[in-house]
Amino acid sequence: MLRRLLVLAIAALVIGVTAFWYLTTPEAISPSAVLVPPTHTPNLENGRTMFLIGGCSSCHATPKQDDATRLGGGLALPTAFGTFHVPNISSDAKDGLGGWNETQFITAMRHGVSPSGQHLYPAFPYTSYRMMRTEDLRDLFAYLKTLPAISGAAPDHALKFPFSIRRTVGLWKLLFLGDMQFKPDPAQSAQWNRGAYLVNAPGHCAECHSPRNLLGAIIASRRFTGGQSPTGQGGVPDITQGKLHDWKAEDFAEVLDSGMTPDSDRVGGAMVDVVANTRQLSSADREAMAVYLKSLGGAK
Amino acid sequence: MGRPAGAALAAAFLVLGAGAVIAQSDPIATRMGLMKQNEENAIAVVRMMRGQAPFDAAKVDAAFAQWTDTAQKLPSLFPDNSKSGQKTRAAPKIWTSKVDFDEKAAAFGKVVADNRDKAKGSLDGLRAAVPAIGNACDACHKDYRLAKQ
Repeated sequence: MLRRLLVLAIAALVIGVTAFWYLTTPEAISPSAVLVPPTHTPNLENGRTMFLIGGCSSCHATPKQDDATRLGGGLALPTAFGTFHVPNISSDAKDGLGGWNETQFITAMRHGVSPSGQHLYPAFPYTSYRMMRTEDLRDLFAYLKTLPAISGAAPDHALKFPFSIRRTVGLWKLLFLGDMQFKPDPAQSAQWNRGAYLVNAPGHCAECHSPRNLLGAIIASRRFTGGQSPTGQGGVPDITQGKLHDWKAEDFAEVLDSGMTPDSDRVGGAMVDVVANTRQLSSADREAMAVYLKSLGGAK
Repeated sequence: MGRPAGAALAAAFLVLGAGAVIAQSDPIATRMGLMKQNEENAIAVVRMMRGQAPFDAAKVDAAFAQWTDTAQKLPSLFPDNSKSGQKTRAAPKIWTSKVDFDEKAAAFGKVVADNRDKAKGSLDGLRAAVPAIGNACDACHKDYRLAKQ
C-alpha cells in the first residue's frame, strides 16, 4: 500500500514538473514570423516618438544624471515581489542591446522573452508594448541603436520566492497576458484611435493608473481608475471620467504638455518624467491622447 | 508720518507677525499656500509666453519675487511634526533625504535669481528663462511630491 502511494506520488510529481516545464517554456519566435515585410527602412523620427511615448528613459536611464538618452539602467524598483534592478538597454554591444537583432527586440517587447530565451518579468510592461505595431517597434529599435553605448550591467533582481524563479513568469503569462494586437474601433474617429493606440500600447498609461490583483496583474474592469506608484511612494490617481469629469479634453492635453492641471496645480512623482517626454511629442499626438482619455468611463 | 499711515503700518506688522506665527504653527498650510501661489504665478507667466496675455514686466517680477520667497522658506517648512495631515502631498522621502531636499530648494532659488532680469526684460527673455525654472520645480516634485488623489 505504502509502496503504491509512493509510486503514485512520484508519478504525480513527474507529471507536475513536466507540465510546469512545458507550460512555462519561453516562446521562441522565428524572424519570418515577425519581420513582415522582411526589410524595413527605419524612420528614426517615428522611433524617437515611440521612445518618448514609451517612456523608456523613465526606468532605463542611468540614475542621478539628466540625459534621458543614456540608458545604462541600474534603477532599483522596490515592489511587493522584491526589488527589480532595471537592465541596461543602451546600444552597448556587451551590456546593452547593441548586439540584438530586430527579431530579438520584438520578441522581448511582445512576448517578454530575452535573447537568451528567458522570461522577462512584467515589471517591464510588455503587457502593453505587445500591442505596438511592427513598424513602430522596428523604428524604436533603430532609434535606440543610435543612442550612446553605456557599459556596465545592473545587478540581478532580488526577488522573493517563488517569484525569484523565472519560470513562474510563464504561468503568469498564461493567466494574464492579453491581446497582442491593438484593435482600432471603426465607430470612433481616426484621432480617437490614434490616442487610444498611444495611451494603451506604447504609452502604457494603464500600467500605473490601474489597480492590480495579488499576482500583480491589472484588474481589467478597473483599468485607469488609479493604482500604486511604481516607486512605492503613494498612489497614482484615477484618470477616468468617474473622477475627472470636470476636465475638458484640452485639460488633458495641457497636462501632457506643461504638467499643469486645471485646478492650478502641477503633476508630481513619476508623472514628472512622463510629462518631460510627452511635452516633446507633436501637439496632434497630445490632442489625440486627450480626446481618448476624455472618453474613458469610470469604474464599473 | 501721519496717524492713518502709522496705523496702517502697525496693522501691516500685525498681519505679518500673525503670518509668521501661522508659518511656525501650521507649516503644512503655509507650504500649501506657497505652492498654490507658485503655480498661479507660473500660469500667469506661461499665458504671457503663449501670447494669451500681454507681457507685463511688473507681473513677471512679482512672480519671481514670490518664487524667491518660496525658495528661502522651503527648507524650514518641513519640521518632523508635519509629515501627514491636511492631504499633504509631501513624500516621506523628504525627511530621509533632507540634505538633498534642501539642496534642490537652493538650486530652485538660484535658477530664479539667475533668470529674473532676463525674464522681466522682454518676452523673448521670459520664454528663454522659464523652462529652466520649470525644470527646477520638476526636479524636486519628481522625488518629493506625491500624486494627487
